[in-house]
Amino acid sequence: MTASPLYSGTQVSRVETPAAQGATELGVDPTEKDARGGRPRLGVFKFASCSGCQGVLLSCEDELLALADALEILYFPEASSHLQEEGPFDLALVEGSISAPEHLEQIQKIRARSKTLVTIGACATSGGIQALRNFGNLDDFVHRVYPRPEFIAALATSTAVAEHVKVDYELRGCPISKRQLLELITAILLGRRPEIRNESLCLGCKRYGYVCVTVAHGLPCLGPVTMNGCGALCPSVGRGCYGCFGPKEGANTEAMAQRMLQLGMSKDDVRNAFRFITGYAQAFREESARHE
Amino acid sequence: MNEQMNGKVSKEHDGTRTFRVEMLTRVEGEGRFHLEVKDGQVRKAILHIFEPPRFFEGFLVGRSLFEVPDITARICGICPVTYQMSSTRALEAILGITPSTGIRKLRRLMYCAEWIESHALHIFLLHAPDFLGYASALEMARDHRGLVETALRMKKVGNSLLEAIGARAIHPVSVRVGGFTKPPSPRRLQALLPELEWGLEAAQETVTITNSLPMPEFQQPYVFVALDGGADYPLEWGEQIAVSGRDPVPLGEFEKVFIEEQVDRSPAFHCRLPDGTPYLTGPMARLNLFADRLHPRAQEALERTGLTLPVLNPYRSIVVRAVELVHAFAEAVDLVREYTPPEPPYFEAPLRAGEGFGATEAPRGLQYQRYRVNDAGIVQEARIVPPTSQNQPRIEADLAGLGPELLAMSQEEATLRCEQLIRAYDPCISCATHFLKLDIREVED
Repeated sequence: MTASPLYSGTQVSRVETPAAQGATELGVDPTEKDARGGRPRLGVFKFASCSGCQGVLLSCEDELLALADALEILYFPEASSHLQEEGPFDLALVEGSISAPEHLEQIQKIRARSKTLVTIGACATSGGIQALRNFGNLDDFVHRVYPRPEFIAALATSTAVAEHVKVDYELRGCPISKRQLLELITAILLGRRPEIRNESLCLGCKRYGYVCVTVAHGLPCLGPVTMNGCGALCPSVGRGCYGCFGPKEGANTEAMAQRMLQLGMSKDDVRNAFRFITGYAQAFREESARHE
Repeated sequence: MNEQMNGKVSKEHDGTRTFRVEMLTRVEGEGRFHLEVKDGQVRKAILHIFEPPRFFEGFLVGRSLFEVPDITARICGICPVTYQMSSTRALEAILGITPSTGIRKLRRLMYCAEWIESHALHIFLLHAPDFLGYASALEMARDHRGLVETALRMKKVGNSLLEAIGARAIHPVSVRVGGFTKPPSPRRLQALLPELEWGLEAAQETVTITNSLPMPEFQQPYVFVALDGGADYPLEWGEQIAVSGRDPVPLGEFEKVFIEEQVDRSPAFHCRLPDGTPYLTGPMARLNLFADRLHPRAQEALERTGLTLPVLNPYRSIVVRAVELVHAFAEAVDLVREYTPPEPPYFEAPLRAGEGFGATEAPRGLQYQRYRVNDAGIVQEARIVPPTSQNQPRIEADLAGLGPELLAMSQEEATLRCEQLIRAYDPCISCATHFLKLDIREVED
């Protein structure tokens, strides 16, 4: 990770692939955009997910028509029947985890056709809740759900998109934050770096004046190790954070786990708390493994 | 509309006509359909869903029952409240918790908010473009900007109400087994009243607009299935399931009557009645079974449409959905006006082993869950039946029924007609946790 400590919006890839060569770090080059005379071209893609992050895009009710004017929407199956899958895309928003055999090839194609590829949401950035199967044996899960498992084609693990192709930016969250999504799209339209804070949820509580649920009520809360972005929603309704936005960079998960044990949680509970919505994100995955 | 659109492929040889769409659009999740008619006979009618499996019922096992509502919300980004509510009902039944009237009303309000958001999205952004000949609502907005703006504003009212109650609209965080972690203040909800009242009027207008759309003629012999919520219109609560022309089914008998099976060579689950009959769940089923329980404002709207019950034309579900939109707004206005925060906000009970059932009405139909937990509150078994797996055999039967009349149409017109029909069900494919890629399967021969 070489991302600037100030901006989580920049995500350097974990995997370099030939297809990823030529991808830019900073969105659309305005001069190129002018030369082509068109609006930046958008593609919205889905892998294993609940569609909630695309739902956030559709829930930009005040901005949606303006976005449709500013961008040329080439591929967005949930919204439009007019599909131009071949692109090429100036901006690809990718929701969902890589979870089925066909995904492996599909994500390479999307990468090859996209100038800036942004993963949106916990599934695309960490494998999502369906990555809970990564901690067990796929066959057990298949047999538990399906009486005739011979027809099931799933990869053994559900993984983040960045495990497979170069990713230019990532938006965390389950679901993503509308504010962060609009900031990202705006930044890409303007050819500047998105300003997305890299801070823990605790800073959100302080900023909004929420009482600390751990200090005041002794409730376990993953806030100190979780990236802010939601706006500290769980503490706002009197419960501890459960980690939707995944680990903050440099999170001290070991100290967090110790505190949770002190608050009376069992080892199993601590393991499950880290092994949840973003449980396959590296820092949470490693911490949960310490409580097997 | 052009021929490259969405990779439609047509074939005609040996007297066989094939209608297919490789990527269904304006639905939640990923699927395709394939309809084959030979010598006037339907040979194949398949709704093929290629959403990857996510194994919710697998990884729920071993988790604490208190974690369940946060997990099941993730089944669907459009109807997370549905999944949270069915879970909490089932788990509260195990613990012997009966939520207070105040908690039930707040849940009903939350459910109204989800219906508003989902119905406004479906009517205008997903389905109306079919009736008016556009590829998307964004394209439709070029000619009907006011209409799309109204739709977005209604949708936003639903989302704002959800945010007021659940802190966020997609995967709300205040729902817990036993009630709410913290209920909203009356002031927060009452601030939304002007927009809700505006929405009620806009929904009335929506009924008029949808009722004036050009409507294909088509009827099928449906069996309707909906949650029986006592005196209330089916929504967040009910102890039995109503089935048109048959005996009602107690919740605990659900899996004996609505048989979920992996069919033929396919890994997809389909639900049918024990005699193999497909059934329909969703707005048309709810209205046809329980129109007398609609809010008076929605009853007025229904009368204005001139529809006679039962509604048997699935294309008209867009009108029915609009009537339900009126209901959701009207009930939300009433609930907000009389709102006081439930006290206590949630109930607790000692953990105990047991089995419990919960069913609620997602915007797109009946949603059932069953859990078995041990005496430490750890889930031992989970069963989740989404609306779309129940409607899938019915959608295929509709496609088969549509087959013969498609022969007189151009390929493009026929294909669009099929898509319009599938969208009438508001299929929510990510919901269908079991659904998987399936091989070609002959449903009609």
